[in-house]
Amino acid sequence: MIAFGNHFSFEFRSGIRSKQMLLMNYLFPLGFYLMMGFIMPAINPPFRQNLIPALVVFGILSATLLGLPDPLVNARETGIFRNFKINGVPAGSILAIPALTTMLHLVIVAAIITVTAPLLFGAPLPQNWGTYILIFLAMAFACAGYGVLIGVISPNSQTSVLWSQVIFVPSMLLGGLMIPNNLLPEAAGKLAQLLPATQAMNAFNGLAMGSLADFSPWGSVAILVISGILAFSLAAYLFSWDSRNTTRRGNPILALLVLLPSIIGVFVF
Amino acid sequence: MESILQIRDFCKAYGDFVAVDGISFDVYRGEIFGLLGPNGAGKTSTLECLEGLRLPSRGSMRVAGLDPSKKAQRLRNVIGVQLQSSGMPEAITPVEAMKFFCAYHKVVPRFDLLERLALDEKRNVQFYQLSAGQQRRLLLTLAIAHQPQVLFLDEPTAGLDVASRVELHRLMHELKASGTTIVLATHDMAEAQEMSDRVGILLKGKLVTTGTPMEITAAGAGLTKISVSTQNSCLAEENLRLPAVRQQSVRDDYFIFYSHDIGLTVIAILEFIRLREDSLVDLRVERPSLEDRFLEITATGLTQ
Repeated sequence: MIAFGNHFSFEFRSGIRSKQMLLMNYLFPLGFYLMMGFIMPAINPPFRQNLIPALVVFGILSATLLGLPDPLVNARETGIFRNFKINGVPAGSILAIPALTTMLHLVIVAAIITVTAPLLFGAPLPQNWGTYILIFLAMAFACAGYGVLIGVISPNSQTSVLWSQVIFVPSMLLGGLMIPNNLLPEAAGKLAQLLPATQAMNAFNGLAMGSLADFSPWGSVAILVISGILAFSLAAYLFSWDSRNTTRRGNPILALLVLLPSIIGVFVF
Repeated sequence: MESILQIRDFCKAYGDFVAVDGISFDVYRGEIFGLLGPNGAGKTSTLECLEGLRLPSRGSMRVAGLDPSKKAQRLRNVIGVQLQSSGMPEAITPVEAMKFFCAYHKVVPRFDLLERLALDEKRNVQFYQLSAGQQRRLLLTLAIAHQPQVLFLDEPTAGLDVASRVELHRLMHELKASGTTIVLATHDMAEAQEMSDRVGILLKGKLVTTGTPMEITAAGAGLTKISVSTQNSCLAEENLRLPAVRQQSVRDDYFIFYSHDIGLTVIAILEFIRLREDSLVDLRVERPSLEDRFLEITATGLTQ
């Protein structure tokens, strides 16, 4: 427990000390929040209604998909995991602790956005705080799982960036952050349901913000939680200490199984 | 003597390539064992299997009675490893690293070791801001902080300045005195000769010889190096033939003769200088070093 605490404490401080992680955890999400807060309500007044959940979701995407994978890939490729293995650091800690510390950074970012958005931009507060927090945690958990999984299966930084962008860019365009899901063409709307951002925005609208959901909001929460569990399980299964020395269990293509709950959701909800 | 490392018929292959081919040897408790060999000889594969990082293709290994491929978790507290590559998070400070690794080994952090290896002033500096020598010293302090029974050192003095190197050697002697067994993989033959109780030389995946540095050098061709410098360089004479000399060469102002009978050759050299009315500036007689023997073995691929 002391070891876990020490590891957690170091990893949390790294999230602020490392320029790359500081950028992804705080500067990028908060900078984007301020920019969108000033611009978007003026161009598109209904955006104000979704400003808080949309920018919290953006913060989650930035910290997890853009911030989590690369340090994991670098740690494996530079022999840090080998050193950890020799000194008895369990694989579970290597995967869980960066995810947990990122979620803690996200709590801080989400709190800043939630507290300041009504004051700065007149954004409405959530109507149901309990479900707001639940959906935030479910989304952060799912995306942290995606981030860790990308870090585990990517052989190098370039590939991890590619995989991250495959989720990040469509999430920005189709995930309901800028354009509501019901305004998208039907096929695009269905495709968007594969993205965790779409599920989170749907759940926020239907359960926390007092708006209408486009499909089952509790179904969205379930998909996020199940996707998160699946992502962490696959990451643990596919984890390798050292790409040069160990044979990975299973094929990295198995990581695509993480989409299974969302695919089922498209047909069920 | 109690054997703490037992390697029997150990093989490691990567596909069709055989990196280590059926080697067997023992390392005894409390000794410093030098594992030598040119690049690609199989040193790293052997060490990584002993450390539990790779699985042997064949044969058996025991480290303090534990099979590294099956008891990896228990092995962690028995061995200490100083890796050649950094293997540390860039943002970690020496103090954080000490707390971090000691916590996983369930021992009290040894901050005194930071002071001992001149890292005290850098205790709160991030790893990437440390010099190469400071990084290596930190890796060493972390490798010994939990007082392992067996310490694996991979090129421990690479990148160290003279003072740090001396301090490291002193520390190695202390660890040995306290009963720690040290396996030292190095390219530095002078270091291996000075520090090791016994050495093993790997060549193309085979263990070509083991023994004390003295035994290994004595088993060579037995040529003694005689270096001579004179006032008028009379030894530069063409077709110079001296008794018992097998090879000769020139380096800087020195004429170097490799002789199998020192007395005969030295007397002949002195006589030759007197006859040429030259005068002696310097004459050195050196026993064959481990490096000489190592070069001899790797050049010819001889087995004992």
